[in-house]
Amino acid sequence: MLSLIQDEVVDKHGWISTQEFTDIVAISQMTPGPIGINSATYIGYTAVQNAGYSTEISILGSVIATFAVCLPSFILVLIISYYFARFKNNKYVEAAFTGLRPATVGLIAAAALLLVNAENFIDAKSVLIFIGSFILTWKYKMHPILMIFIAGIAGIILYW
Amino acid sequence: MYWTLFITFVRIGAFTIGGGYAMLPLIQREVVDRGWMSKEEFLDLFAVAQSLPGVFAVNISIFVGYKLKKLTGSVICALGTILPSFLIILAIALFFTQFRENEWVEKAFKGLRPAVVALIAVPVITTARSLRLRGWVLVIPVVVALSIWLLSLSPVYIIIVAAAGGLYYRMYLKRH
Repeated sequence: MLSLIQDEVVDKHGWISTQEFTDIVAISQMTPGPIGINSATYIGYTAVQNAGYSTEISILGSVIATFAVCLPSFILVLIISYYFARFKNNKYVEAAFTGLRPATVGLIAAAALLLVNAENFIDAKSVLIFIGSFILTWKYKMHPILMIFIAGIAGIILYW
Repeated sequence: MYWTLFITFVRIGAFTIGGGYAMLPLIQREVVDRGWMSKEEFLDLFAVAQSLPGVFAVNISIFVGYKLKKLTGSVICALGTILPSFLIILAIALFFTQFRENEWVEKAFKGLRPAVVALIAVPVITTARSLRLRGWVLVIPVVVALSIWLLSLSPVYIIIVAAAGGLYYRMYLKRH
């Protein structure tokens, strides 16, 4: 998705510079929320701001960009949900999903595996935090939100 | 109920850090564990949401929202998911452009990143357990995970094959 955004926003329309785009992506990755939404919000604001409009209008830009990036999802998902609800007791649909479930476990595992990279695991401390988080979440069923707080604090302490 | 739903998803949206998949453990905790939805139902929605274009986190929140409270639910959940990040990003754009260089933030994130990986990894095991996957059925998630991870196989193909496989297995193989 990010390369699509870059093609349109930086290359095709020239609304923001490559440097701005890089910064925006970096910040979007560090803030809560999906990267796609965050960058849409930020780019919406920056692009309108770059065009010389006031802060208020720039905020409107971010609203429009965020709304736009969600719209296709809404349409698609609602259509599928509607039919899903109607046909979920259909024996063929049920059978298909029974086959799908073990595969979905694999999908989630892949999502986790793909996050194992140099950016997320910079040193032995990262591995330590990973192991600690894993145990706390699995054996002690810690709530993810609490886990996130603790991990953040652990980061500040360990990387002091 | 609508208000509870909204607040729940604002919490989920506020703590989904490091990518859309980080929503998985949060939704599991806040929605499935509360009994609003079964583990299987959520798993099914996850699979479909993954195979659709668009932002995964938005897709899954609309799916869950629709499942719980139809159209209104879908809007509420999507709004809850998007609102915190929207406001935070705006705040950063308006006031805190130095956010990125802040030392404390940097250190906190160094701690956060591996933790998020763990948060996504744990449900792999718990879900496999709750689905009672054992014996050679376990081959399926392993093969799927490895082919996406090492071979960059597209999840959409896997979903189609798995669904077809399930269909075939239930409809034909079991009869004989």
